[in-house]
Amino acid sequence: MKDKRKLKKTGTVLIGIFFSCVWIYPFYLIVINSFKTKSQIFQDTLGLPEGLEFSNYTTALDKLDFKNTALNSILITIFSLFFVVIVSSMAAYGLSRNKSKLSSGLYFFIAIGLLVPFQGIMIPLVSIFGKVNMLNRAGLVVMYIGLATSMATFMYYGALRGIPRSLDEAAVIDGASTFKIYWTIILPLLKPTTVTIIVLDSLWFWNDYLLPSLSVNKEGMYTIPLKMFYFFGEFNKQWHLALAALVVVIVPIIILFVALQKHVVKGISDGAIK
Amino acid sequence: MLTNKSKSFWLLLLPALLALMAVLFIPLFIGGYYSLTDWNGNTVGVFLGFENYIKVFKDETFINSLIFTAKFSVVSIILINVVALSLAVLVTQKLGKWSTLFRTVFFMPNLIGGIILGFIWQFIFNKVFTSIADITGIAGFNDWLNTPQTGFWGLVILFVWQMCGYIMLIYISYLNSIPGEIIEAAEIDGASAIQKFFRVKLPMIMPAFTVTLFLTLSSAFKMYDQNLALTAGGPYNSTQMTAMNIYNEAFSMRNMGYAQAKAMIFLLIIVIISIIQISVTRRKESDA
Repeated sequence: MKDKRKLKKTGTVLIGIFFSCVWIYPFYLIVINSFKTKSQIFQDTLGLPEGLEFSNYTTALDKLDFKNTALNSILITIFSLFFVVIVSSMAAYGLSRNKSKLSSGLYFFIAIGLLVPFQGIMIPLVSIFGKVNMLNRAGLVVMYIGLATSMATFMYYGALRGIPRSLDEAAVIDGASTFKIYWTIILPLLKPTTVTIIVLDSLWFWNDYLLPSLSVNKEGMYTIPLKMFYFFGEFNKQWHLALAALVVVIVPIIILFVALQKHVVKGISDGAIK
Repeated sequence: MLTNKSKSFWLLLLPALLALMAVLFIPLFIGGYYSLTDWNGNTVGVFLGFENYIKVFKDETFINSLIFTAKFSVVSIILINVVALSLAVLVTQKLGKWSTLFRTVFFMPNLIGGIILGFIWQFIFNKVFTSIADITGIAGFNDWLNTPQTGFWGLVILFVWQMCGYIMLIYISYLNSIPGEIIEAAEIDGASAIQKFFRVKLPMIMPAFTVTLFLTLSSAFKMYDQNLALTAGGPYNSTQMTAMNIYNEAFSMRNMGYAQAKAMIFLLIIVIISIIQISVTRRKESDA
């Protein structure tokens, strides 16, 4: 009986290993070919590299202007995340602590945003922001706040139902202001939801191409996906450089994910069940 | 304890309301108006009434992009959910450290943006497939991104690879919430692995399907980045999805008013899908 169970487990593990290899094979091909010369990629795509062509990487890093490009992506992602978290949790707190008809009307108004796909507003949005000179990094952050607030407020509102009002009422008796209660009591209690929002939205903001291509499409403001797009246009027959660039932008994200895996998995699972 | 008149209430809500007005509602209203004109991006020209909307329904490339998008969505949704659920069942077998490792590997593609995924698969389809064709002599591996049929499957493969990890995590969290006693009871009754899956686990995770179906449907429908980086709509717009059709009409042809009319129809389709999804979820919840 015990042997049978052990055998079954080994079988399952082997199936898992097989599928993992299939799943990871595209990454493997990108990595091995990024170390080949241009002609080697052409002659033998599937084999291992003959030598390690590190010059692919130095050229790619240089052409990507990696330091500045990554900095733009980091700044835009962090600022957007910060404001989405603050703006939405404040709104959800206000709405959950006022049971009037007006309050539920406003909640409904915010929830409408959940239904609107980006393409529905893309054209006028770009036109309006262009008119007020906001097609820049700050403007992009404002757009992300507007686009992400509905979902985040919705999630915070759900979480706030589980936080008893008696908690903030006790603080009021002690003389704390609404904002002090929000900052010192409510926001820390909302941390699990905040993790979910940060995980989902950082993947969105970091990886987005369409909106940045319409708003920060200028030298000096490029984010990583934008720069990659131009890089491919410029070097489209030079796979040795293109592949090195791909590895450069993928590896840090995978390392970050493996390090924060517990939070990422929990964040996404919590988000799905709510 | 906050009232409509209290200053704190409005201060808490103000930033969210302002951001939503500026980014969502004002553009939506202005867009609604522009869709009735021949706006070209600079000057709002003539008011046309519903002329743009009538034109949209006669626009063959737009209709084709909608059909392509619908086909793509249906095929992807089925494949993603079948593969993701199988992976979730695999990962939730008690395999210790192996489970974590498998979960990490399957989720990895989801970390990467559509543009970069598109370029990864461009390499696979253009270079790797061609060299497989050379080695094996099977011509079917050539020119994958140059024909409408294989271009379609190229996009599907990319999207399945990207989304499965995410959908798998959702199935895992539902599978893990099944009480252990129920599984044990089935085991004591002598249920086989297949019986356990179809008779016990599947019925218990039914609520997961509304979440995953809607998530895959809406992301398939709105897909743009992957489409741009992998096929750019080619050959001859045959793999152009609706989002790309709207983008090109607006920013390549500069027919902004007309493009906005397309965008409003697209919006309406998404809203209808969402409302159906919400009402189905509500009904299921009240049944339970």
